[in-house]
Amino acid sequence: MKRARVIHQGRECDATDSDGALQLHGAARVPYNAVTWLPPLHDVPRPRTILALGLNYADHAKELSFKAPDEPLAFVKGQSSLIGHRAQTIRPAGVHMMHYECELAVVMGRTASHVRKADAYDFIAGYTVANDYAIRDYLENWYRPNLRVKGRPTCTPIGPWLVDAADIADPMQLALQATVNGQITQRGNTRDMIFDVPTLIEYFSSFMTLQPGDLILTGTPDGVVDCKVGDVIVTSIEGVGALQSTICAPTS
Amino acid sequence: MSAASPQTSWLPQGTVYGMLMNFADEHAALAAQMQEPPYKAAPQAPVLFIKTANTFSPHGSAIALPEGAHEVQIKASAGLIFLSNKPVAHAFTAQSAIKYVANVVLISDLTLPHASFYRPPVKTKCIDGFLCVAPAPHSAPPLAEIDKLRITVTINGKPVQTIDMAQMVRNCEKLVADVGEFIDLQTGDVLMVGSPFDAPLARAGDVVEISAPGYATLRHSVVANSDVRSEGHNEVHR
Repeated sequence: MKRARVIHQGRECDATDSDGALQLHGAARVPYNAVTWLPPLHDVPRPRTILALGLNYADHAKELSFKAPDEPLAFVKGQSSLIGHRAQTIRPAGVHMMHYECELAVVMGRTASHVRKADAYDFIAGYTVANDYAIRDYLENWYRPNLRVKGRPTCTPIGPWLVDAADIADPMQLALQATVNGQITQRGNTRDMIFDVPTLIEYFSSFMTLQPGDLILTGTPDGVVDCKVGDVIVTSIEGVGALQSTICAPTS
Repeated sequence: MSAASPQTSWLPQGTVYGMLMNFADEHAALAAQMQEPPYKAAPQAPVLFIKTANTFSPHGSAIALPEGAHEVQIKASAGLIFLSNKPVAHAFTAQSAIKYVANVVLISDLTLPHASFYRPPVKTKCIDGFLCVAPAPHSAPPLAEIDKLRITVTINGKPVQTIDMAQMVRNCEKLVADVGEFIDLQTGDVLMVGSPFDAPLARAGDVVEISAPGYATLRHSVVANSDVRSEGHNEVHR
């Protein structure tokens, strides 16, 4: 099942994918463009933990002139950085390098503490696509990647779907790609992650308890390019979805 | 952490952000390294980190050290709590940010000592229970008054640190404006304004109190990992 959260006629509701359209819960079947897409996540009783990985694909680490890390390079994002499918992402004025990052996002389904790698898949509710934009002009070498690069509002589109874990046969064998205005600029496969999903769940849950609805953004492969105002970026993952965002200028 | 009694169980409702190097002594202590690798330059923007929800502990908690850790830094801080009804994704300006600080709360940001500030402090700061908050927030006075606050930290009843907020590199107003430039601070979000470099260390068995005139005092203890497992409870009885 592919689940979404949308606003239809001013009302937030759950929806599911139904033969190329959206089936709203308890209501009509509507075309995709009849709604505003929200992150495909339900509210959680406490602030959502959003973990993200840097340099988790060997080729991307090489692209950025880093040697592959020997333990996960993790950082944390605030909830206010998230936005839905088909939204506008703000490129700050005067920056020279703002790039997308197509990432498999894991949505936790159960409370996870000291989980062993072998059991990790039992704790996953499903998967979605994240685009973890970075504005490289703002990189500083203190708690890097710093939040000015990675924590900005509108800069983490996520969606369109939460795909049930049961529907993804092997999350470590999924093709990823990004396009800019229809041209393919990034290609990869989740099999090339340095720390795979079960390893990440074992790692994080060894010192922090994860709750249902918490997110792990698992990093991006090689092939990031600058995105200009007006560019349409689609980050897609095989079987999970195609997430679109459009780069816009800040409103003054 | 198990809850303290219901009337004292306030916990943050939003994302909790913290600040590195917002105190003069911390900035001075790191100044010599700033031009050296891996930092290569002094930071320009506020250096933030996030305390994830698994760290939240109510007043009165017994907070367990992780296995292998023998001491923990007590980074006492004031936390500014935001209330906003602004449009989503519109950044604050320096002027507009200030009026959205609704409340202030004392916070103990427990941190495993770390010498490198190059990578985000997830393994040192996002450990279960590692953020303890006072029993109730305090209605925010003008930010300039928070800038003059003096926070006292005691361990086992003995004063170990007095924090003079006048030593902040960015005062509250400047801090909120500079952070608001790149973070969408939403209702319930908390911004800890920083803490001096020489944070006191606590060990298993210690009781920590953080107080400031006119504010609800925050108390928690630190316990060994094995104590939590064997005793099956984690409240401070005092």
